[in-house]
Amino acid sequence: MISLKQDRSKFPVRGDDGQLIIDRESGQFSELFLGPVHPGMTGNMSLEMLIQGDEIMKAKTHVGYLHRGFEKLMERRRFIQCFPICVRIAVPEPDFNEYLLAATIEELAGIEVPDAAQWMRTLLLEMSRLQSYLAWIGGQGSSFGLGLIGQWTIWARDLVLDRFEEITGGRIYHMHMPPGGVRSLLPDGFRGRMRETLDTIEQVMKDVDKALFQNSVYKTRSIGLGYIDPSMVDRWGITGPNARGAGVARDVRKDYPYLKYPELDFEVAVGKDSDAYTRADVRRRDLLTTVDLIRQILERIPDSGEFMAKVPNVLHWKIPRGETYKRAECTRGEYGYYTVTDGSGYPRRINVRGPSYTHAVTLLEKMIVNVNLADAAGLMSSLHTYPPEIER
Amino acid sequence: MSFKDVLMPFTAWKYVVEKPVTVRNPKEVEGAPRYRGFHDNDVTACIGCGTCEDVCQNGAIDLIPVKDIETKDGDSGLRPTIDYGRCCWCALCVDVCTTQSLSLTNYFRWVSTDADDFRFVPGVDEKPWKGIEQGYRKLDGYDLYATERIPMEELPPSQRENSFVEMVKGFSREQAIKEADRCVACGICTATCPAHMGIPAYIEAVRNDDMEQGLRVLYETNPLPEICGRICTHKCETVCSLNHKGDPLSIRWLKRYIADQVPSDRYKEILGTDKIQRNGKKVAVIGGGPGGLSAAHYLSLMGYAVTIYEALSAPGGMTRYGIPEYRLPYDQIDKDIDYISSLGVEFIFNTRVGTDVQLEELHTAYDAVFAASGLHLGRSTRIPGSDHKRVYQAIELLRDVADGKEIDVAEKVVVIGGGNVAMDITRTIARLQNQKYGKVDVLATCLEGADIMPADDEEVEEAREEKAVIDPGWGPQSIEITDGEIKGLHVSKCLSVFDAEGRFNPSFDMDQKKFFAADMVIESIGQGMDFSYAKEIQDQIEMAPRGKIKTDSHGQSSLPWLFVGGDIAEGPDVIHAIANGHAAARGIDDFLQRDDE
Repeated sequence: MISLKQDRSKFPVRGDDGQLIIDRESGQFSELFLGPVHPGMTGNMSLEMLIQGDEIMKAKTHVGYLHRGFEKLMERRRFIQCFPICVRIAVPEPDFNEYLLAATIEELAGIEVPDAAQWMRTLLLEMSRLQSYLAWIGGQGSSFGLGLIGQWTIWARDLVLDRFEEITGGRIYHMHMPPGGVRSLLPDGFRGRMRETLDTIEQVMKDVDKALFQNSVYKTRSIGLGYIDPSMVDRWGITGPNARGAGVARDVRKDYPYLKYPELDFEVAVGKDSDAYTRADVRRRDLLTTVDLIRQILERIPDSGEFMAKVPNVLHWKIPRGETYKRAECTRGEYGYYTVTDGSGYPRRINVRGPSYTHAVTLLEKMIVNVNLADAAGLMSSLHTYPPEIER
Repeated sequence: MSFKDVLMPFTAWKYVVEKPVTVRNPKEVEGAPRYRGFHDNDVTACIGCGTCEDVCQNGAIDLIPVKDIETKDGDSGLRPTIDYGRCCWCALCVDVCTTQSLSLTNYFRWVSTDADDFRFVPGVDEKPWKGIEQGYRKLDGYDLYATERIPMEELPPSQRENSFVEMVKGFSREQAIKEADRCVACGICTATCPAHMGIPAYIEAVRNDDMEQGLRVLYETNPLPEICGRICTHKCETVCSLNHKGDPLSIRWLKRYIADQVPSDRYKEILGTDKIQRNGKKVAVIGGGPGGLSAAHYLSLMGYAVTIYEALSAPGGMTRYGIPEYRLPYDQIDKDIDYISSLGVEFIFNTRVGTDVQLEELHTAYDAVFAASGLHLGRSTRIPGSDHKRVYQAIELLRDVADGKEIDVAEKVVVIGGGNVAMDITRTIARLQNQKYGKVDVLATCLEGADIMPADDEEVEEAREEKAVIDPGWGPQSIEITDGEIKGLHVSKCLSVFDAEGRFNPSFDMDQKKFFAADMVIESIGQGMDFSYAKEIQDQIEMAPRGKIKTDSHGQSSLPWLFVGGDIAEGPDVIHAIANGHAAARGIDDFLQRDDE
């Protein structure tokens, strides 16, 4: 009988100096690219792998397929013009970019954001988290061959996008948080429709729980896959569910509270086994926390009132000289904007700290060693990475 | 892992008979009411200011000429075309639109095999979504630039009603920068300004707190910034694109702010006019008003030796002798003119061409002559009684006030006229009455109703604040005189000022009458020119309709050595005079250089 738990500890074979012993002439090794065009990839990046049999010995992450350079582009754009650009840095979860850019400009320019706008921003960020997790669960399922999960969750995500469309007029890129506030408050009847959507999502998540989290195939393949040692968390710059799965209760919403989070009641989901399954479970619980948070926000968000602070003429808005780091908790972890301004109408430098950079490059390259080729896509998905964040 | 885990996924089969939720026919879907779909534009409201183009970081918007839309004051005649290969639907163009004509509709499905179809002019090109009401509009409650102007501080009526001290205080640095920040730099103003001043450029200089640059921009097109910064008719503000959404930018006060900030002893250094290379040619200018000063300034910079012949005792023309000191203090006029004088322009005062010196003499002594003698003759209503000695011309009284002569102001005065000059004399009389009698009793009436009165609204309002009565919409019929003394003015209701062809032809309702009691009547219904000094050449020169001299765009008459400008060519207003003075300077230079070749 084939054992599901093979002893892989002797692979890859290493010499006394700890280096891999790879005899390319032996015929045992082959090099294989996963991506950039592969349904298992989480976006436009690729893994150049050295495999022995069906086991990965070594891998190198390749990025550069997007050719965008948003950080540089923003240095050539006026501050208001960065607002439509920055959202594209994280396609599946763009709102954090607009929030961080706005928060940066507001801090440096000394602008007080109205209360109603802060509630709206909190709502939009949580809705964004919700749809991002829903899309991710679909990806996680399908990377282990369970395509049905995605059919359910992507539909549920579409319902969230419908709600986004109602508020902002856009489905993917919402561009609703210009510096100073938000472009509108809630439309009429929104609360009821949002609550219905949340009920549906909870129902979908119950089905997902049965079909994915209680699925022997998924469990077999994901439990024990991609173990992150808690001691690595700080050294490797691991944040978000990847850190929380390792038992490190780290969440920017709690550690460095922003917007209206201090006024909301929630607990951070933490796991302890630190493998792909645990991380998925942390994300599932985080998703349900988000559903609860949105319900809380809907109770308290004002229907009227000022939603935009008075801003100088955005066409030639000069931000005083300064620098700041603004951060927020996105679905992948800590998302940050480190910005330097020089008193001109253009940002001197904006550095985007996307969590995917550490997760998909250094961490993935380490963790993928010894993994079965068939699990590579699942492992990558379990780290929840977005290549545009790496190549911003 | 348990046996349950093997069975649990099969619970998904409960959906096997349900309709798949992932398949939705797109035709059933309509964009949300605030969906950001294809653009629409109300082209009749749009003025082609290009602010949408300016904010678009993708370069998706371009302003182009379109059929049936003409360029005119306040409208560039251009309309935005949008390239949907570039548009990212951020709707910033909608948010910054000064006329709020641009919008996004909730229409988003459109199939065409021709890629060029996806570049079109919204609101002009016929598209299925044209006129759709739903879609993204900017909501009230926010603006991406301030729409309210910074209020200009003025002396309160109690402090100004018996004094000729300047009533407008001017902007502080903070106020000026804040006001300048509102500008969207569309340049609609530049196109309308007769002098085509670089308005966005000098407003940018105010924003940058760079007065030297501001002064340089001003002097490119206008050598009288202190004067213009106070009393310009500011056509730029009338057409300012911000006027569609809120208050127009205070362009005039910002111009004044720049000029006020720079001390006159630094002008030459800043403007780089320390040393001017002379070309040995001479030009005579008739009249030291804005037209003559403007021409003299630019000619002097080109190296010409310019001499201005002025009939009165001081330079400035109508700006000194037609505008009261509370609007334009004499020291500010002097600041502008002293600089022009410092460039080497020579003034000969109290010398009237035609009387003290003949035009032909100027022709002989100079290489070219620029005539800008202004409109200094008052027009009379010619109604019965208007030849009485206590019926005055506004322009003459204002001149006497400027010269410091004592005016025998009556206790009750009626002013006939509704323009800015009428307001000037009304307010001057109010001050003089206050000084003499301690009370105001002056009434101004005019043919035009309140809605079409030619005077600026603020002039009318301020006159009322100073206790003058403004009663528009009446036509003067006769001045009642008893025992040689004026008793008042009889008026009838004016029904219309112009006839169907647009000609001046007032009609009255003779049944509706009023009587305005007065001891003194002042006529202020326009001014005419005195061109008698040119009588010797009148048979050689070609004339244009309405007694004007025919000139080309540079003011050159049919006698090549004679150029004409100022109020007698265009206007009457100071900025037209400055503009045609500048044009004439270029024309004279062109004419004299050509002469060399």
